Amino acid sequence: MSLRRFWQRKPTVPVARGQADQGILVFANTSEVIQAEKVLRAEGWPIKVMGPPPEIQSGCDLVIQFPLMKKLELLRILSEKRLSPLQVVPVTGPLLKPVDLFQVKDFGRYLMVRAANMKLTVDKETRMIVNVSGGGCPDVPYLAYQLVGQTLEAAPRPRDLGHTVCGYALQLAFEEMERLCSR
Amino acid sequence: MLAVVGTIPDEELPLVAGPVTVDGRFLVIQGHKVLISRGTAGLLAAAATCLEVLREPAPFAFLVGDIGRGQGSSRLYEYLTLNLGRHQFSTLTFHYILPIVDWHNRVLLALQEMAERPRLIADAGFMYVAKMSGQAPEYDLFTPDAGELAFLADEEAPHPFYTRGFILHEDNQVPELIARAYAYENAARHLLVKGQKDYVATKEGIVATIAEPVTEALEPIGGTGDSLTGIVSALVAADFDIVPAAILAARVNRVAGYLAHPTPATNLREIVNQIPAALKLVLKEHHGKGK
Repeated sequence: MSLRRFWQRKPTVPVARGQADQGILVFANTSEVIQAEKVLRAEGWPIKVMGPPPEIQSGCDLVIQFPLMKKLELLRILSEKRLSPLQVVPVTGPLLKPVDLFQVKDFGRYLMVRAANMKLTVDKETRMIVNVSGGGCPDVPYLAYQLVGQTLEAAPRPRDLGHTVCGYALQLAFEEMERLCSR
Repeated sequence: MLAVVGTIPDEELPLVAGPVTVDGRFLVIQGHKVLISRGTAGLLAAAATCLEVLREPAPFAFLVGDIGRGQGSSRLYEYLTLNLGRHQFSTLTFHYILPIVDWHNRVLLALQEMAERPRLIADAGFMYVAKMSGQAPEYDLFTPDAGELAFLADEEAPHPFYTRGFILHEDNQVPELIARAYAYENAARHLLVKGQKDYVATKEGIVATIAEPVTEALEPIGGTGDSLTGIVSALVAADFDIVPAAILAARVNRVAGYLAHPTPATNLREIVNQIPAALKLVLKEHHGKGK
């Protein structure tokens, strides 16, 4: 096996313009990121879920970008919900931006929405989720099992059951499907 | 013999390692029953069905329950690093798992302890982590869809969720994306790209496209990519070279989908049920062409 790239260092990146006052919260796993996002959004915080910088990527990661000056207040809110980030660090380089484009395909009776690598398909007449496809993380088959056969109204939110970046992408597809079906 | 590594969305399932059989709607492994649905169970059902038609040994599997928390995946990675060296397989297919770069690299090192290197196939989470680790060229075959191919083509993305917008996900960009994935050494030695058209490619370029039969309703059905990976894994384990195995597998998956008369609400099991008829038909065509 070639190990020539095994120890290869990631290149350093310049500080991103307009991010000097931003920090990131790093959690032990994606489930905690999803919970923290839910808590902070409910309180109206101007946060963004982003990809981690290369030096802390482990494989299936999300981080929360937040206004650094509000660090203490934000940590107190999270602590009240028993959520403790592993690290709180200033943004030192451009963060990876999640895919924000949705692809929609109309099959007549059925509508499919794709967000990143996740696809959600709904029966437009009954609003029932008929299929979930794509993805590669282990919560995807679990989420498919939980969602398929349920209506959009009755189905659990992928955000509440998912633990990975694929689960997070499915939540985005779910929200877009809700938006399209509410027209 | 084929071995498959993956996770099952049932936290009650302990880590199991053994031969897999199909019993109606279930897989059976070491006395545990696993419902056949999308994911690694779907891959295994497709592979086991093909291997039975080909009169080859049933697949061996390393499975563990994991609903995304990652504990099962970590146990499975650890088990593989400690035990892979005791086994011998002709083909090893890696599938759903929580992508963790450090564990992935340890598994690759453990493969060196095997007496003979198996052909390595990766899809789903294991393909993501193989790319992210920079070790993609160590694999013989990846089976991405068009969106996952865009991720392989984006040298900076650690997960398909972060594929940059300028790298488009459309099927008509597939040749360019294949070239870019190879240019940055983020592709396996062979690619089987599944989509409206299926593409088989190597570093030298596209060697085949498979476009018939067309069944639009297959795209939203969860697991049709898993069945394709299962079929190609079985054919490679049955000693087909990778390029013909990939071409035949794409054709078998399409014919099985066509025979199932699917709608976007069809369950993967209905397609798996058509695999024996599809495989026999496609092999007959193949032999008829004198190949």
